[in-house]
Amino acid sequence: MPSTRRLPHRAALLTAAILALAAAGCGSSADPSPGTNAPSTTASASASAAAGVLGIRDPWVKAADTGMTAAFGTLVNDGDADVTLTAASTEVSPMELHEMAMEDGKMVMRAKPGGIVIKARSAHALEPGGDHLMLMNLAQPVKAGDEVAFTLTFADGRTQTFTAVAKPFTGAQESYAPGHGQPMPGTSATPGMSMSPAA
Amino acid sequence: MTGTSDARPVSRRGLLTGGALAAGGALAGAATVTAARPDTPGVRPAEAAPVAQVGSAVEPFHGPRQAGVATEPQAHAAFVAFTLRSGTDRAALGRMLRLLSDDAARLTQGRPALADTEPELGLLPARLTVTFGFGPGLYRAAGRDDRRPDSVVDLPPFRVDRLQSRWSGGDLLLQICADDPLTVVHAQRVLVKDSRPFATVRWVQQGFRRAAGAEPGRTQRNLFGQLDGTANPKPGVPLDTAVWVPDGPDWLRESTTLVVRRISMNLETWDLLGRADREVAVGRRVGTGAPLTGTGEHDEPDFAALGPDGLTVIPDFSHLTRAHVTDDRLRILRRPYNYDGVPTADGTADSGLVFASYQADIARQFLPIQRRLAERDLLNEWTTPIGSAVFAIPPGCPPGGWIGRQLLG
Repeated sequence: MPSTRRLPHRAALLTAAILALAAAGCGSSADPSPGTNAPSTTASASASAAAGVLGIRDPWVKAADTGMTAAFGTLVNDGDADVTLTAASTEVSPMELHEMAMEDGKMVMRAKPGGIVIKARSAHALEPGGDHLMLMNLAQPVKAGDEVAFTLTFADGRTQTFTAVAKPFTGAQESYAPGHGQPMPGTSATPGMSMSPAA
Repeated sequence: MTGTSDARPVSRRGLLTGGALAAGGALAGAATVTAARPDTPGVRPAEAAPVAQVGSAVEPFHGPRQAGVATEPQAHAAFVAFTLRSGTDRAALGRMLRLLSDDAARLTQGRPALADTEPELGLLPARLTVTFGFGPGLYRAAGRDDRRPDSVVDLPPFRVDRLQSRWSGGDLLLQICADDPLTVVHAQRVLVKDSRPFATVRWVQQGFRRAAGAEPGRTQRNLFGQLDGTANPKPGVPLDTAVWVPDGPDWLRESTTLVVRRISMNLETWDLLGRADREVAVGRRVGTGAPLTGTGEHDEPDFAALGPDGLTVIPDFSHLTRAHVTDDRLRILRRPYNYDGVPTADGTADSGLVFASYQADIARQFLPIQRRLAERDLLNEWTTPIGSAVFAIPPGCPPGGWIGRQLLG
């Protein structure tokens, strides 16, 4: 019979999560509500992607048959210099870097100007309701359990690839028209309202 | 109550329990309770886990064999059976089982699932295990019926069966067990959500035992008050011999099989029996679980011993006689959970057992016992099988792997 072991003290995990969240908040000044990040992904202890510009923790993409969808995960910058993500690409769809932001008292999704900055020694969460990698128009279905390859391009010209698994997920309703500045359907913009069940 | 320092309530309860048992005439039972607690009465037994550790305790997920079989049974369980959607072929099964294996690997280790919408509910594993079972339909859907263990087929009908489709069959089973009911429910929610593109929920059977640490090392009791599982093979060689397939191709080696039977227990007619009649029906003492010819739960029964009336002390129709086997290759590992539904307006109970039996080969081990019980077990007067399902429990997986890869890959 396999032996039973015990987790490290839960307080330690929570402390680590809070620190990671604080760091993520500092690194995303455009994020309107840094305090509402889900603690889940940052607290996770899963393996990061192989050596690259960034660590990419717990990447996933929302399964969808057609149209738009989005990819999420936590970008971890263990280096001493800030890193700026300027583009993402995949074979299955054109892509944009998106953020959720407050415009005229409404939460809207829009392309993130200047890319996504991951501060030195910090983690930056890509999550429903926050910054995310947007797939604009699927050329083929992304089915639950599929593994989708992505390439990230950084401001200094370096690139990095990773694979994200497709999850069935009913939140993250990114099925809106591509006109930026439009509110997400089904989230008729109560100011400051959180934009997804995970936020 | 959270610590061992305040022992007084325990002490009071211990006295009350002892008194109640003695008043009921079960002096032997009271004696056993005392003997099992060598410490000063009222002090928590040394082997009981401190309360704060129940939530953080972890069972391994990865390994050559799946967890949740030989694992010391947790307090709560949900057996979730699925019907595969018509388009779920071998490739789709692979995608589904990768997702579900990843969910299980994370949640069992106290980490939220990927894209977990309630991540805080994933932080206390409480010895969570998720055990995957493959029904006959999964092998057909995968085009791999040639790899189905021969004994994994619907059981033959038994005279005592009153099976309902709402508790029977299934292409895929997830046995979810933990010492915390909220942990079980969250894991079930995550796994059901990730199954939706591939399968529909066929049935769910939830069950329970004593709380974690309440009776460490003791055989569980069912809702008839009987000890249930006394004859289980002991951990080590006996259990390994009974449960695990030792050789064969990689989709069979280190696998086992599971029979899930929902056994309705008629507490109303059971109430009509006196204690002596109950003990004759089972062949064991209610209090100690000892065979009627012995004094301790694990005493070997003496089926030849005669009473003053010239009849065998343990009747031929007793549950003990009908279920008894001595060869480990013929034993089954019972890992049952109690269920207790809502009584009717007049108070009629909806109670019973989610009977879960693990064995290397259903035909060699489970069926002979079941045939003997169905043919002549006095307990059939008060119990009725109302659900039945069979599953192969495939081998485990290493880190980065997924359950079912040997079959589908």
